Amino acid sequence: MAIVNRGFVGRRDRDAGRLPPGQYRTFDFPVLSAEPTPSVGLEKWSLAVQSAQHRIHKWSWSQFQELPHEEIVTDIHCVTRWSKFETRWRGVSFDTIIAELPWPAEPYVMAHCHGGYTTNLALTDLVGGRGWVADSYDGEPLPAEHGGPARLLVPHLYFWKSAKWVCRLRFMSSDTPGFWESNGYHMHGDPWTEQRYS
Amino acid sequence: MNEWQITTVISQFRHSTSARSLSLALSEPFQGLPGQHLDIRLTAEDGYSTARTYSLSDVREPRVVEVTVERADDGEVSPYLVDVVEVGEPLEITRPHGGWFTWEPTDTAPVQLIAGGSGLAPLMAMLRSREIAAPAVPFNLVYSFRSPDRMLFADDLRQLAERRRLPIHLAFTRSAPDDDARGARRLDAAELAAVTMPPDRDPAVYICGPNRFVEFCAAAMLTAGHDPRRVRTERFG
Repeated sequence: MAIVNRGFVGRRDRDAGRLPPGQYRTFDFPVLSAEPTPSVGLEKWSLAVQSAQHRIHKWSWSQFQELPHEEIVTDIHCVTRWSKFETRWRGVSFDTIIAELPWPAEPYVMAHCHGGYTTNLALTDLVGGRGWVADSYDGEPLPAEHGGPARLLVPHLYFWKSAKWVCRLRFMSSDTPGFWESNGYHMHGDPWTEQRYS
Repeated sequence: MNEWQITTVISQFRHSTSARSLSLALSEPFQGLPGQHLDIRLTAEDGYSTARTYSLSDVREPRVVEVTVERADDGEVSPYLVDVVEVGEPLEITRPHGGWFTWEPTDTAPVQLIAGGSGLAPLMAMLRSREIAAPAVPFNLVYSFRSPDRMLFADDLRQLAERRRLPIHLAFTRSAPDDDARGARRLDAAELAAVTMPPDRDPAVYICGPNRFVEFCAAAMLTAGHDPRRVRTERFG
């Protein structure tokens, strides 16, 4: 199967050892969105968590700000093959969010976003310090084009799972595909095993 | 997970000093959808390899696809595709991906295309498929790019315009031809609203180009009254 592209040398200066297979390192922060960027005012913003039994728990922006925030420094990996090293975020961990819920968490979550985007995640990928709702990037409030006011941050999965403009987390008893997962992309999205496409 | 296949470059067309289209003969045929993209992987003699994603600019044939590549500043793969690879040589590709920024010829709704620079490539695939599969569907194109020497698909677009198949609005941003009364400047919201299909025709709107361009045009189309659910975007850079 292997071919050689005559005359191709490539760059060797970009820490290939730290990259998942098939990725390249970028120093920019590309924006990928399937739809126009929604504008969400903080006074109207809320994060709702919905149980499989349709119970709702909700934080306003000011209530969300009072939840304990963590600093996260992490590499991120986009399915379009760029990776960016040492991105710096602040956010509230899913461990904190789940501890605040008045009911037990179910095993899957659908993240719903302003503009209609959805993505599905297993609870096991969110807890244990592996998933956050982030509201700051590089020391500044999260810009709208990167998902502000708040987005998911699940950096050990391809970045389409880190849904921008998140507004509702709906718990589910079984795994159901979200937006890209219904449009040809993998249900789980582990970059290290190249779970790109379904 | 990624079924790579080896293709052969069977023809090339140079649009400008910085952009080229490559036609690839497939060893395993597939039918792509207009708007989809695929990955191209290059491998060096020592086994080092890297891949990038490119939009398909022609999906009419199941055994040949075309990609259109603009050389990126600081690019690793695009300079090879634009300047080095020759007809007869192999390229490894995946099958096409992406099921959202796509147009189906069975969709009879009018289509508004808005391209910035090499963002024209996937929209060109839509135009070409429309000509053979759904010629009655109304299309309209707004194409913004730097200067006349950077135009992609100049002949194809001229022919479509001459045959009255496509209203085209060209917007030069840095330098314009002498006979272009508009002159060279960025698109603004009023101009975009004036030259695109009105919201009451409820067109499917496809916007592709650099992120800043797409961000601006998408916001302008919403301000003009288009339903956000009808606006699909694809961005690079």
